Amino acid sequence: MTEVSSTRSVKARCGSFLVGTERGVQREGFQVAGRSSTAGSMSAAASPQGKFTLLRDTGTDGSFLVHHFLSFYLRAGCKVCFVALLQSFSHYNIVAQKLGVSLTAARERGQLVFLEGLKSCLDLLFGEEEPSGEPSPLQFISGSTSNLKALFDFVRTSLTPADSASWKGPVLLVDDLSVLLSLGAAPVAVLDFIHYCRVVVCSQLQGNIVVLVHGSEDAEDEENDLVGNSLGHHSDLILWVEGLATGFCKDVHGEIKIIKRLSLESTEQDLVQVYQYKIQERNVTFFARGLSAAVL
Amino acid sequence: AEGVVCGHDLFVASAMEPPDNILKVKTHRRGKDILIDHNYLEIASPTTSTKFGHYYDISKTMSPELLQSIKWHSFYLPEELSLEPKLKMCNMNCGYANLLHSIQRVIYQEGFDGSHPQKKQKNILRIGIQSLGSLLWGDDICSSDTPEDIHSLTKFLYVLRGLLRKSLSACIITVPSHLIQNKAIMERVTNLSDMVVGLESFIGSERETNPLYKDYHGLLHVHQIPRLNSLICDVSDTKDLAFRLKRKQFTIEWVQDNYLRQERNIYPPGFSYLLKQKDSAWGEGSLQHSTFLMSFLAKAPALASRLVRHSEPLKQTGSGRIRQTAELRMWCYGHRQEAPGLLVIST
Repeated sequence: MTEVSSTRSVKARCGSFLVGTERGVQREGFQVAGRSSTAGSMSAAASPQGKFTLLRDTGTDGSFLVHHFLSFYLRAGCKVCFVALLQSFSHYNIVAQKLGVSLTAARERGQLVFLEGLKSCLDLLFGEEEPSGEPSPLQFISGSTSNLKALFDFVRTSLTPADSASWKGPVLLVDDLSVLLSLGAAPVAVLDFIHYCRVVVCSQLQGNIVVLVHGSEDAEDEENDLVGNSLGHHSDLILWVEGLATGFCKDVHGEIKIIKRLSLESTEQDLVQVYQYKIQERNVTFFARGLSAAVL
Repeated sequence: AEGVVCGHDLFVASAMEPPDNILKVKTHRRGKDILIDHNYLEIASPTTSTKFGHYYDISKTMSPELLQSIKWHSFYLPEELSLEPKLKMCNMNCGYANLLHSIQRVIYQEGFDGSHPQKKQKNILRIGIQSLGSLLWGDDICSSDTPEDIHSLTKFLYVLRGLLRKSLSACIITVPSHLIQNKAIMERVTNLSDMVVGLESFIGSERETNPLYKDYHGLLHVHQIPRLNSLICDVSDTKDLAFRLKRKQFTIEWVQDNYLRQERNIYPPGFSYLLKQKDSAWGEGSLQHSTFLMSFLAKAPALASRLVRHSEPLKQTGSGRIRQTAELRMWCYGHRQEAPGLLVIST
């Protein structure tokens, strides 16, 4: 991959979010399990901060990664701002409970700030005027503005540490960015929003950002590809989830490509690893290509 | 129809014909309650003995008494537009904005979103929207490659998704996807939906002559199934579903079943005998049988054309052909000419 010079202010550093699972990468069959909590929580606090992770999925559903990151960071004790645009709160809550984390409890103690996109949109369109005078985070839908500044302000106020409660490192999680395009935001506005978030979250607050961009196999959506590719050039870690090229299989749900940026300032090659995975009720098993349990 | 029989409330929206017509056609309940013959539904509830679904006779209309027993709301676009032509909502198409307001009003007033807790009985609202995205709703994504407002439909679907998530309702929408030129829109629509099913008709396509599809009218593609409240993102198991529409029945079947049923017509005569033998090495399930089937399937298209020609009955004998021409000539000018016995031989 050729080097792309960028104007980001985040310093590139070697490392990976999946530190807990990286040790297992060398052997097949490691699990991104909901039960293996201790290794994950210790490493999240110790791992380098200020990273931007891009989750891409084409032709299949990559939201299991979002669930993983959400429970991972909550268990690690980080303050999480979750912009959930596609599903309702109860969906994420039920899945998180299977992975061992309660979102309602996290929200109550202030560790999780949850923006439920569907509900917020309904309030904007059908609700009465905001009593507090604050604009709705999804104000761009109503067409009054074309930029996502209101959404950025929401993220900034939720992650800026205001009180004495000390959480380790802020995290911004977005599921998923393609919905913003469907709702009428221009690709440039979406990229601006992410850029502003990175300045605040990654460099100022030394936090991490994880963003999901959903695509499809035929890649007919140009705006979506533009956003995905552009963010890919600026990411420290890309997790690309695809369905199998040969079609549907019961035992192997898809392939995941892990692309690690070793350094954005040098011309070293990125580290690329490919695994196949199978999603189960409470965890996901990864294995090397062709070595699924069904075959062995 | 399902909604009426289960006693759920209905909301029918259309821009094409008055919703009353939609409700009248298509539904007449038959005697017994039996499982609907979908492979998909069978997988969903394999061992429970609860009755799911009903049989309907689609050649008759539903009796008015049954319709009156439930509450139903209708939305007919031409009427609604005449009442409120200027309704605007976040730069959305006027028709969609009206529909959203109407749905939200019904949900709120009837308490489907829990806003009237004193209501004792909880009911479900079934919403049906016909031909969304077509020209009749005022959207031009079906008629032009670069439509004026490509976000109207997706915005509508997003707000509808929000309404459905926070209330006890379910919605089914039909979209004329064969008319939508812009593939990106279809991708976004699929992403915003929970379940996506596509119907592909055989009319006018080359599959009509394929003997595999002899008894069917089209294919059913399940593009996406709901993945709510679960980590698993499975895809539907069966991939070869086809449907057939008879006078009283709409059936969906796995194509392989029909193929295996027809085997005695398709296999060359000698082989048929071998396969039918009891305890034969060629019986179903044997290795020889499977390898034969596989190689046969590979050659199926070539054999299909041969079969089609062979299966046509011999229509004409020599004299018949001449008789036909003579009849045509006799009625040529709209009235019967004299001398019917004369043979007219065309030159």
